[in-house]
Amino acid sequence: MNEILVLVDSKEGLLENRTLELIRGGSDLAGDLGIEASAVVVGDDTSALAKSVASYGLKKVYRVEHPLLKGFQPDAWVGALEWLCRQTSPRIFLISHSFVGKEVAPRLACRLKVELTTDCVGLSIDPKDGLLIRTKPIYGGNAIAVVKCEGTPQVVTVRKNAFAPMEQAGAQSEVVEMVPGLDESMIKVKSLKTVQEAVVELDKANVVIAGGRGIVEKEDFEMLRALARAMGKSHGNVMIGCSRPVVDKCWMTSDHQVGLTGSMIAPDAYIAVGISGAIQHLVGMIRSKKIIAINTDAGCNMFKVSNYGVVGDYKDILPALVKKLEE
Amino acid sequence: MKEPKIVVCAKQIPDPEAPFSNVSVDVEKKEVLVDAPDVISPYDENALEAAIRIKEEMGGKITVLSMGRKVSDTVLRKTIAAGADSLILVEDGGFERLESGSVARVLCQAIKKIGEYDLILTGRQAGDWDSGQVGLILGELLGIPCISLARSVKVKDGGVVVEKTVPVGYEVVEAGLPAVVTVSNEVGELRYVARTKMLGLLRRPMVIPKWGMKELGLEAGDLRKVNLVELSPPADMRRECVFIEGASPEDMAVKLATVFRELR
Repeated sequence: MNEILVLVDSKEGLLENRTLELIRGGSDLAGDLGIEASAVVVGDDTSALAKSVASYGLKKVYRVEHPLLKGFQPDAWVGALEWLCRQTSPRIFLISHSFVGKEVAPRLACRLKVELTTDCVGLSIDPKDGLLIRTKPIYGGNAIAVVKCEGTPQVVTVRKNAFAPMEQAGAQSEVVEMVPGLDESMIKVKSLKTVQEAVVELDKANVVIAGGRGIVEKEDFEMLRALARAMGKSHGNVMIGCSRPVVDKCWMTSDHQVGLTGSMIAPDAYIAVGISGAIQHLVGMIRSKKIIAINTDAGCNMFKVSNYGVVGDYKDILPALVKKLEE
Repeated sequence: MKEPKIVVCAKQIPDPEAPFSNVSVDVEKKEVLVDAPDVISPYDENALEAAIRIKEEMGGKITVLSMGRKVSDTVLRKTIAAGADSLILVEDGGFERLESGSVARVLCQAIKKIGEYDLILTGRQAGDWDSGQVGLILGELLGIPCISLARSVKVKDGGVVVEKTVPVGYEVVEAGLPAVVTVSNEVGELRYVARTKMLGLLRRPMVIPKWGMKELGLEAGDLRKVNLVELSPPADMRRECVFIEGASPEDMAVKLATVFRELR
């Protein structure tokens, strides 16, 4: 009951930045409570990852290792985390609001009979009762809710950028090997194959040119691509993004989607073409340094959050702009 | 195989596409006020579309289950117009502000009351609190497989085969029935429902069962409410927008090109 656990997320065996943020959050909260924070690494071979986590000043690193934890099989992972919680009885369990976290946290909370708050942007301890105070945007970011829940462990998933990343410390954490009791019968969903697709990483773009509901036909995205090519010569990494309706129409894959359920990005410039500015889109791009909107509707919300606006038809403006930039 | 019985859990929420200027926060009452009509949560519409495609391919029955403190059948009748067979409203004053686990508990009771089901589909998350928990917890409570983030759902040989969106692309997974699948927007938007069809359906008398706590054998003590300590408006996102004007698109392009060059 006197420990905060932090679930480690990794990508290709490397520690994810969001985990370093979570470690910072866990360490800070542990400091407030006068208890310790430890990390949890899950997989079939966790030695290298555990070693890199061990240099961030946590009390312990739990290596939860089992052959069934290879890759990410949610049934096995949930089983292992449930087992770990029963073994260690943590007071707080911090999980990233990542692909893995979103999947395991609700199921884990259900099994532990506690209430989960997802996608928190802020966490603190209520000095009166020691419970976690959970800050979470709702209605796409139109309101900020602060909630508290009874029960132990206190489980939350945490949005990226909620804490500054932890720096490496001098001392090494104690690494504890844990072998969860898992068996094949727990696995109800079978993975047949994983198909890798070319995935754009919009958070690596210097400029994102995004189209929305106002784009009349799929082929019109070629105009956005032409602008991307024209800008690419001088503006670094220029990528194409979109708002949700475009993915719903199957015109673009979801890796291009910007917003609450897509990428949350902060490029040097964001060019919104035919995007009216529904709030769940805005939360994904509002941290852009400069925002430029092109839209036929002068009253639309996108203009209210933009630095520059052009009221007009993208079909006229984009080709003219490309021509100008290429001169 | 026999024709599948599909349950789609669909939540009614204020239109999440509403402009932010139509949304305000009552700090005293801790309520979000949205000046927009209620709609079916977008991902739940995607789930319904996935269900209708299965029905088109192999037959079956689709029951839409919608739960809330107060549910409007006029909003939900759209699901029938699109292709669902029946609608059940799960409604009770006691269902207000339930936390996700308790919402799943209520739906679980309702699904057990329906009795026969092969596949339960719902959106990956609802467009109001965006918690993304109910579907996954429902699978736990019913003790059946749960697959999340589907971009395609097919019923095959007594099981369900799902293409699930994963960070590197997609994963093809399989589970036995019954199962819960949470659906993502890559499935595609809900088919268009003609206004005339919708209006005709609104006039047609229809038996829509309403189940509350009593019908589901639940008591207030079985459910947890969200303990909302505080609700506040977000930080102001507004910027001072400089509108680029010109007599022609070319005129505007010249000025815009200058802006673009300064971005570097």
